[in-house]
Amino acid sequence: MINYWPLLGIALVVVGFALRFNPLLVVAVAAIATGLLGGMPFLKVLGVLGHGFNENRIVTLIYIVLPVIGLLERFGLQQQARALISRMRGATTGRVLILYLGFRQVFAALGLTSVAGQAQTVRPLVAPMALAAAEKEHGELDEATAEHVAAMSAATDNVGLFFGEDIFIAISSILLIQGALKTYGIELTPFELSIWALPSAICAFLIQATRLLLLDRRLRRAAR
Amino acid sequence: MINMHWLYVFAGFVFAGFGVASARNAANPKRWGNAAFWSLLAISFWFGDFFGDVGNGVLVLALVALAGLHLQGRGSEQTTTVEERQRFSERYGNKLFLPALIIPFTAFVGTLLFNYTPLKDSGLIEAKSVTLVLLGFGVIVALIVCYAWLKPPPMSAVDEGGRLSNAIGWALVLPQMLAALGAVFAAAGVGAAIGAVAGSIIPQGSVFLAVLLYALGMVIFTMIMGNAFAAFPVMIAAIGFPILIRQDGGRAAVIGAVGMLAGYCGTLMTPMAANFNIVPAALLELKNQHGVVKVQIATAIPLLIANIVIIYVAGFHL
Repeated sequence: MINYWPLLGIALVVVGFALRFNPLLVVAVAAIATGLLGGMPFLKVLGVLGHGFNENRIVTLIYIVLPVIGLLERFGLQQQARALISRMRGATTGRVLILYLGFRQVFAALGLTSVAGQAQTVRPLVAPMALAAAEKEHGELDEATAEHVAAMSAATDNVGLFFGEDIFIAISSILLIQGALKTYGIELTPFELSIWALPSAICAFLIQATRLLLLDRRLRRAAR
Repeated sequence: MINMHWLYVFAGFVFAGFGVASARNAANPKRWGNAAFWSLLAISFWFGDFFGDVGNGVLVLALVALAGLHLQGRGSEQTTTVEERQRFSERYGNKLFLPALIIPFTAFVGTLLFNYTPLKDSGLIEAKSVTLVLLGFGVIVALIVCYAWLKPPPMSAVDEGGRLSNAIGWALVLPQMLAALGAVFAAAGVGAAIGAVAGSIIPQGSVFLAVLLYALGMVIFTMIMGNAFAAFPVMIAAIGFPILIRQDGGRAAVIGAVGMLAGYCGTLMTPMAANFNIVPAALLELKNQHGVVKVQIATAIPLLIANIVIIYVAGFHL
């Protein structure tokens, strides 16, 4: 007999996020409620939560780059990223981000997922460059446009990462797929799986690149 | 051998530095809350392996209390002004990019060097953690170069790290908390319940509808969990294997690989994938916390359609 009560935990998360309570609080409350509804004693739930937190420290590890980024920002890194782009002829927001998308996908496909990222490259370099290019096309940006360009920079990094990394044969998701299928007696090599990430990677590039070119057009139009 | 443990110890020092910077910032009325938050995170990175599960659970509750009771704040930051930065940028020019590139360069070239030379067998670095260990090494090298070249005030690396970490605030540990929530969901049987629901609504006889349900199931479950990894085993058990592979004779490699990528389209559309969608909004200091998710939807939906077509065509008709 399957216990459906733990599904209420999902509802708690959705409601908590929608009502804009502090997300850490929402997650903790949902975790404890879900565990209790799943029939676990309180200390057991607390233990699973603590264990899960400790085992996933790797997720937070990347923020060790912040002191370096902050230090360089102190000496004008973002200003220099802007200056570089505004001197470059033909550099538009779309072209800058498409170039970055391509690099991000190729590097991720080579297994180098953490050489770039939101903290390492997007905040200090990519977003200021995209914004500088937009200002060149469009003149002074209003707040909504600036936010949109910055958000597109972050989005481009995510798309490049997600739809590049599975081409690499030793990435954890490929190993997870391989392991899951193996439990049903289906034996596949990582290469047989990762090759099928290619069509989606190409689609991802084309779709995101199209959107970026449309963004360029919108910025040019708004400038007139 | 240098393994993840040493990297966590190093990260603990960085987070302790965020705590010191927060405590130094007298302009922040809630500075002790910020300092306590980062200190707890440092303690978790240093000693988490020795606390036991319940001990770690208590630490998590303490972090949550600091965030949930709004005991963290922000003060005016002690850093350079925009005008000063402009002058620095004119003075140092493009050379400013070099220290920033040290980190990815060390990780990239170092990983290649390690994997294709006898270093791999030397046992110096744990093989599966090479890139991350080298990333940490790159941070240290970059800091040394910055201090030697730019000669900033002694505490500025600490203060600037604190400035950025406090700009992100509690959101910095949200991804790790969501991963812990995933562990609780798994232990409480959420996956089994969702799988049972998904399995019960499978239409018989239409391969296309089954593919559609499989892909949408991946997307929705990924949006709930914030992570396609949790969704995959559930959906492969509910639909992927019994219906698409065994009953309809689909190609397992396509159903596995592209099914996961359909889930990634869900990752683009959910605030639960906080490290990709919420933290960047904080990092870029966007007004709208969901600004990144919002712009990603228009990529995610056409891409999902493309993935469904790929599963249907390459999985059943090639």
